[in-house]
Amino acid sequence: MKIVVCVSHVPDTASRIKVGSDGKTIDPAGVTYIINPYDEYAVEEALKTKEKLGTGEVVVVTLGSENSKETIRKALAMGVDSGVLLKDDKQRDSLGIAKALAEEIKAKDSQLVFMGKQSVDYDNSIVGQLTAELLNYNCVTVCVKLEISGEKITAEREIEGGREVVETSLPAVITCQKGLNEPRYASLKGIMAAKKKTIEEKSAASYTPTSEVVGMHLPAGKQPGRIVGSDSSAVPELVRLLKEEAKVI
Amino acid sequence: MANKILVVLEQREGIIKRSGFEAASTASKLAKDLNTSADAVVVGDAISNINEISKYGLQKVIHLKNSELAYYSSSGYTEVITNLAKENSYDILILSNTALGKDLAPRLSIKLDAGCIVDCVKLNLSGSDLILTRPAYAGKALIDVKILSDKKVITLRPNVFKAQVDENSAAAELLVKEISGINLKSKVTSFKKSEGKIDVAEADIIVSGGRGMKGPENFHLIEELAESLGAAVGASRAVVDAGWRPHNEQVGQTGKTVSPTLYVACGISGAIQHLAGMSSSKYIVAVNKDKDAPIFSVADYGITGDLFEIIPALTNEIKKVKQS
Repeated sequence: MKIVVCVSHVPDTASRIKVGSDGKTIDPAGVTYIINPYDEYAVEEALKTKEKLGTGEVVVVTLGSENSKETIRKALAMGVDSGVLLKDDKQRDSLGIAKALAEEIKAKDSQLVFMGKQSVDYDNSIVGQLTAELLNYNCVTVCVKLEISGEKITAEREIEGGREVVETSLPAVITCQKGLNEPRYASLKGIMAAKKKTIEEKSAASYTPTSEVVGMHLPAGKQPGRIVGSDSSAVPELVRLLKEEAKVI
Repeated sequence: MANKILVVLEQREGIIKRSGFEAASTASKLAKDLNTSADAVVVGDAISNINEISKYGLQKVIHLKNSELAYYSSSGYTEVITNLAKENSYDILILSNTALGKDLAPRLSIKLDAGCIVDCVKLNLSGSDLILTRPAYAGKALIDVKILSDKKVITLRPNVFKAQVDENSAAAELLVKEISGINLKSKVTSFKKSEGKIDVAEADIIVSGGRGMKGPENFHLIEELAESLGAAVGASRAVVDAGWRPHNEQVGQTGKTVSPTLYVACGISGAIQHLAGMSSSKYIVAVNKDKDAPIFSVADYGITGDLFEIIPALTNEIKKVKQS
């Protein structure tokens, strides 16, 4: 079975965000880019699935500029067999990303696709579902437990207050949440091997955007409040403020 | 009539969720501004509070009834709502940005050939353009987005928009439509309730603990304070990664982004990725012995001191105040 895992190259969560000169995207100066944290769970699950089957191939696919190759290398170092870079230097909306991914998944004839439940840049959390609908595949989102036996899929997805147990079947797209597994570290051997693995480069399928970012701004900063005290003698005053001033208790 | 709006309400165990009332109110206001009307749909078996939603300025409330759809089915819900939207030519679909809404909205957008924008915190009409504001980078930035297609599917962040009874409108007409022959390629077979009493994603008050708690054995202090406030228990990434707390309690950029009325941070220094996930809370209280901790830069009220002394005192004081 050919398994596709889709990853994205995103600003580190420790980054400070500044608005760029276009007023619509971030200023990339001084920002470190990493593999999207949720995509690490996707890579791990793809590798685990292949290992369990004892056969097959895992291909990592990303859409982006030349710089995204760094993130592909990271997945290759974890043990993925090969990579595909769908080149596009421009920012796409979620549907634009999904269309390019769906096209590549079709070309690879893959029946099982993993990706993170959302990427930590635009936080849309919809690319998996869009891709699945375009391919007419089933899709389980925010997955925290997965069992695949033959064509049958039993999964658990996180929702408010608990987990839904979902039954569906292949072909499918699974979007992965923290808790699904413990992503492996790339070994030195893995990092060396990754250098020899192939990364196929092609231009991403063209598309017409359905949405447009017209502006980006930073939220109004919160003013620091007041220090009520430095030990438990301040507690009655704090509770009084919460009750009478904030009116929250 | 152009721009006809359909609100997709979410029910759990036959009860329409609060976020559905927020969406209904927002949709009926938008409908007035666009000189159109808003209807709502709820999918499921018996719905106990369906009469209540009729007071929120909607024209019709349509109940698509089938016992097999009491639980969510991504394929089933997508199919029945798509059919309804096509038959009645709805142009704008509004959902809540819950686990269900996030899962369903993009699927509907493909079926209806609509643009899809999720997690909106503000809707603005600029001329005839609908401008949607939503957080990105876990709230470190806000972006304004315009959907270019005629048909639109959007989701609203819960707890942001107001739910308000519309006194000036007649009650919505209730229609029940029994449906059959549904696509159940994907379906929920059961629900496993988590042990924690309240989920951080839905809580009005959250009490969170960080590394300053020194170990999982001390989290009973957080739990007791949370109980006195009727709050959910949250955690920083550091303590989740250390295995002290389950990941579904994590607040921050790789956990949940929350905006409760009150957020109490105990022993949390306030790493940027944590602040991103909670600084839109209405009121923030911080207890930390390090007076220079970044958490104090967003806190409304702070106590700089030993949390092992302060938290139990706070729990007692709150119990006292609540009893009086």
